Amino acid sequence: MSSPLLEVNGLKTYFPVRGGVFMTATAVCKAVDDVALEVGAGETLGLVGESGCGKSTLGRSIVRLLRPQAGSVVFDGTDLVKLGRRELKGVRRELQMIFQDPADSLNSRHSVAKILEEPYVVHKVGTEKDRKELVHALLAKVGLPETSLDRFPFEFSGGQRQRIGIARAIALDPKLVVCDEPVSALDVSIQSQILNLMLELQKDLGLSYLFISHDLAVVKHVSDRIAIMYLGKIVETAGADDVYERPKHPYTQALIAAIPAPDPTKRSGFQVLEGDVPSPIDPPTGCHFHPRCPHAEDRCRTEVPTLREVAAPGEQAHTVACHFDL
Amino acid sequence: MTSTGPGVSDATADRSATSDDLLEVRNLVTAFDTDVGRVNAVDGVSFKVARGKTVGLVGESGCGKTVTALSITRLLPQPMGQILGGEVLLDGENLLDLSLEEMGKIRGARIGMIFQEPMTALNPVHPVGRQLSEALLLHQDLTAQDAMRRSIELLGQVGIPSPEIRYAEYPHQLSGGMRQRVVIAIALANSPALIIADEPTTALDVTIQAQVLKLMSDLQEEMGLSILLITHDLGVIAQTCDDVVVMYAGRIAETGSVEEIFAEPRHPYTRGLLEAIPRLENPRKQPLHTIEGMVPGLLDLPSGCRFENRCPHREERCAAELPELQVVEGDHQVSCFRWREIAGTRRDGDA
Repeated sequence: MSSPLLEVNGLKTYFPVRGGVFMTATAVCKAVDDVALEVGAGETLGLVGESGCGKSTLGRSIVRLLRPQAGSVVFDGTDLVKLGRRELKGVRRELQMIFQDPADSLNSRHSVAKILEEPYVVHKVGTEKDRKELVHALLAKVGLPETSLDRFPFEFSGGQRQRIGIARAIALDPKLVVCDEPVSALDVSIQSQILNLMLELQKDLGLSYLFISHDLAVVKHVSDRIAIMYLGKIVETAGADDVYERPKHPYTQALIAAIPAPDPTKRSGFQVLEGDVPSPIDPPTGCHFHPRCPHAEDRCRTEVPTLREVAAPGEQAHTVACHFDL
Repeated sequence: MTSTGPGVSDATADRSATSDDLLEVRNLVTAFDTDVGRVNAVDGVSFKVARGKTVGLVGESGCGKTVTALSITRLLPQPMGQILGGEVLLDGENLLDLSLEEMGKIRGARIGMIFQEPMTALNPVHPVGRQLSEALLLHQDLTAQDAMRRSIELLGQVGIPSPEIRYAEYPHQLSGGMRQRVVIAIALANSPALIIADEPTTALDVTIQAQVLKLMSDLQEEMGLSILLITHDLGVIAQTCDDVVVMYAGRIAETGSVEEIFAEPRHPYTRGLLEAIPRLENPRKQPLHTIEGMVPGLLDLPSGCRFENRCPHREERCAAELPELQVVEGDHQVSCFRWREIAGTRRDGDA
């Protein structure tokens, strides 16, 4: 098999926690702690987890908006962790990001025309006339009317603003787009419009996505494979259908059980996972999930489980970080 | 817009309080005065909440679900928000006739409230226990010591571990889920008959949401509470509600039992909404059903059906006339001229 488009290994992004009179570092928050993952060409990897699990930090570390402490992010054969700012600029043509709230990620004082032209200007693409044509084509691709060009981001609804965010991300024909909660701020009827657009663009342009969200139903719909994250670590990866049909990690199982099904004939009575998510500043020893795990034993309190392959030979890869076969 | 003035009540109100309905909202009209004119955020909304039952008010941003809740509790931002008409009957008594002082005795006592973001509902500079005691002392004749004892009891009842210690802690020391439990404890402090919960779990993670929803349903059973649950999440509605009111652009599109609404939705909007949600059991990467276009702005509402510009089944009449609620069967009502004709068609409008 050829090497994947994106290959992350041993990635660690730590933040110092400062305190005291002199604001010295008193502790470390291990937001991303030894993470490995892969995204193939044309593939969507869904990354799911609850607030504070480190999924956004992971996304930002991959596109190098954050600087990881250790590990490698090999994108299309180049390790991005080793690159300096100037070299990164070249890579960014191929590696883009979409954010949750486009109101925050679009410059509110620039017109849509200016926002969408900027990537071409930064990367010195074409003449001014060429760029105008490219911007027109972009608008058509994301389903915005031509009249949008002279308007400003605040004049648009949330769904349309996300279309602008998507247009900007695909302007330079990237290979991989990291999407951080791209539909979480949108209403259901608008959410489905944006998800359809993203699926269509993937088909037309051969994009790969790293799709980060807390919503497993949304992630499952758009993904080929899914990685589940808990307190800085990936606890399970599998094909999207496998994650839903045969979850192996007790956290994944709990996550699926907690989703309220939009069907009153399937009332679950809320199978409740006890306790809160612990702080990543002082995570539990051993398996981070053990204080909430219904299957925890002594071993889980001391020994950190690593991801291991559980798929039968010949089946799609399925890895889980749990000492037991559940 | 109907020309109803302030305080106009359109029904001859039978005030027999013995019915099964704890809360009845009749023809509520609430408007906001803005710089560019008056907008009716809620325009003729009627529904009932029976004793011990949960009614879900569902709709997308700006449909008027929160304004409905704020109208019931008379907490509309002043002076912009005004109730122009209708009645809000709690046990047969019209809350809209009460003075603000009388209303203050009902809020927090007979109606408990839970809001989306517990961090803004709680005062950050007071310990949570003190805020709970304050709620008790406001409505009950207790000594400070009794109030404290009762507060600790309540904190325990909503599943907060070591309530004696938590009593003295500040909101920022608690997690989001624990904070929402405190808000629930405050809402329950004076044993209300009705809880109005506005997106109570929207800010919470899914495993914590399950905990809070379970807590609310356990407490409801224990105390015989009626709950008006406002949410945009059809999953939460399906799992917790008895009846559903679907709102669109300030009006009721459809209402009925949760089983009927999910199994046989009649309004094109309800049908579209139910088909637009990604479901775990459906095949992946297929195009989702969409509702084209956007909700009309409240400033330039169409004169006909408010869903007309997005409706796959629209005809001439829909643009000209405003549909009233029609009975489908029993309590199942829909405001669509064509619900009978379109019942057999595919939901996307193709024959």
